[in-house]
Amino acid sequence: MDRVAIIGASMTQFGERDAWIRDLLAEAGDDCLRDAGVEPSELDHLYVSNMASGEFEGQSGVMNALAHDLGALGAYTQRVDQTSASGGAGVYAAWQSVASGASELTLLVGGEKMNDTAPEGVENTAFATDVIASLTHPAEYKHGVTLPSFAGMTARRYLHEYDAPRESLARVAVKNHKNGVDNPNAHFRKEIDVETAMESPVVADPLRLYDFCPITDGSAALLFCPESVAAEYTDDYVVVSGIGGATDTHVVHERDDPTTMGAVADSGATAYEMADRDPEDVDVAELHDMFTILEFLQAEDLGFFEKGHAWEAAMDGVTDRDGDLPINTSGGLKSKGHPLGASGVAQVHELYEQLLGAAGPRQVDADVALACNVGGFGNCVTTTILEQP
Amino acid sequence: MSLDAHRCPNGHLTSPPHTRCPTCGEAQTETVDLADRTAEVVTWTESQATPPGVRQPNAIAIVEFAVGDETVRQIGQLVDADVEIGDRVRPVHVDELRDPDAGIRHPDSQAWDGYRFERV
Repeated sequence: MDRVAIIGASMTQFGERDAWIRDLLAEAGDDCLRDAGVEPSELDHLYVSNMASGEFEGQSGVMNALAHDLGALGAYTQRVDQTSASGGAGVYAAWQSVASGASELTLLVGGEKMNDTAPEGVENTAFATDVIASLTHPAEYKHGVTLPSFAGMTARRYLHEYDAPRESLARVAVKNHKNGVDNPNAHFRKEIDVETAMESPVVADPLRLYDFCPITDGSAALLFCPESVAAEYTDDYVVVSGIGGATDTHVVHERDDPTTMGAVADSGATAYEMADRDPEDVDVAELHDMFTILEFLQAEDLGFFEKGHAWEAAMDGVTDRDGDLPINTSGGLKSKGHPLGASGVAQVHELYEQLLGAAGPRQVDADVALACNVGGFGNCVTTTILEQP
Repeated sequence: MSLDAHRCPNGHLTSPPHTRCPTCGEAQTETVDLADRTAEVVTWTESQATPPGVRQPNAIAIVEFAVGDETVRQIGQLVDADVEIGDRVRPVHVDELRDPDAGIRHPDSQAWDGYRFERV
């Protein structure tokens, strides 16, 4: 079977941006086409990963807007929403479009505008938290349940069940902030120490400020084609060797084990099988650390560590950039930022650079890379395995 | 007022209800009122940064009820954060858990009353 190649990648500066969604998407899309030396008129399909442009700024139809702004009229376009996993779902859609033969050249752009979007009189973090919490079931929403509160409840259960020290979560924040220092596009480029993380204000007990990603604007893009023609565009490309998507319960408390993310395990199993790879084969991973605790759950449910032991790996430096399995060399969502629809695309952007040896000071030795993008609180998940050709 | 769990013909329980049982795919046909029972705290948090219309801080727990040989879980606000994992709690009805007009969800699209949990 002809595999799917990624022949171009880009990301904008992540952070508090003046631009609104249309301009953010166009910036990354334009950069990606230039990176690959491809004309917009050549595109067969154009996907836009975005969770909530309608809710944040009252702009819907962003896929059509982007096609027009990039000069890609005539391409089939579609907006892909899978909440926080919209980016990964976009990677899946773009992969599917090429793998099926429906498209020979697909551009994926993921983006979100989250800052300065609240109505007058409403604080922006509270507004953004509510927009994201709108994905919850009515039985959850009426209690004021937010994604950070799910993280607090899950972290408490994890620390209780596996006798993990609170410091292990702080270690994730310290590691990812350190990695972000060397990412010029990251929202935060500032090292923190364990004490700072441990003593920062409580947000959702036992989690504190530094356990959470910031509210970020930004966009990222990827260009896909069949592997058989990739060399006609560039010598520098990677292949999608495996990809899987899965869904868990909408109502989070209906899961048997609050410390297991079933859709991470299921999507990972599908991706490993397609790629004919095992967890031991993965050299570098980008995981969805919207909250520090999520890095442990994914690392365990993807098979990198036994259940209840990922915290030990964080304490021992195994997941540091110079460790046996570097996780979130980009800085992760924690320090790079989490513009919802962009995040899953930006994860693959980081791994593309790692596999091509183009990650500069963040570079690690990697032939096989894995990205896991999580929507809701593990509700929808896409896992992608990327390799050198 | 009741705190309903929903049961399919194969005995699986969920709360809230679903059109088909998530475990076996059968339609849910019965309800069990949990309002007069006690439950065990599975985990909890106290959220300091709450969305518009939600009390601040907002203590929330996932609790587990035993119904015969089956168990069913609920999420809900806590009367206060003075709980630990494993504590027993009882449901207390509240007419309005958050301000229906302040958040992004349409106020007519769902109910806003429900049960908080209080340590026994």
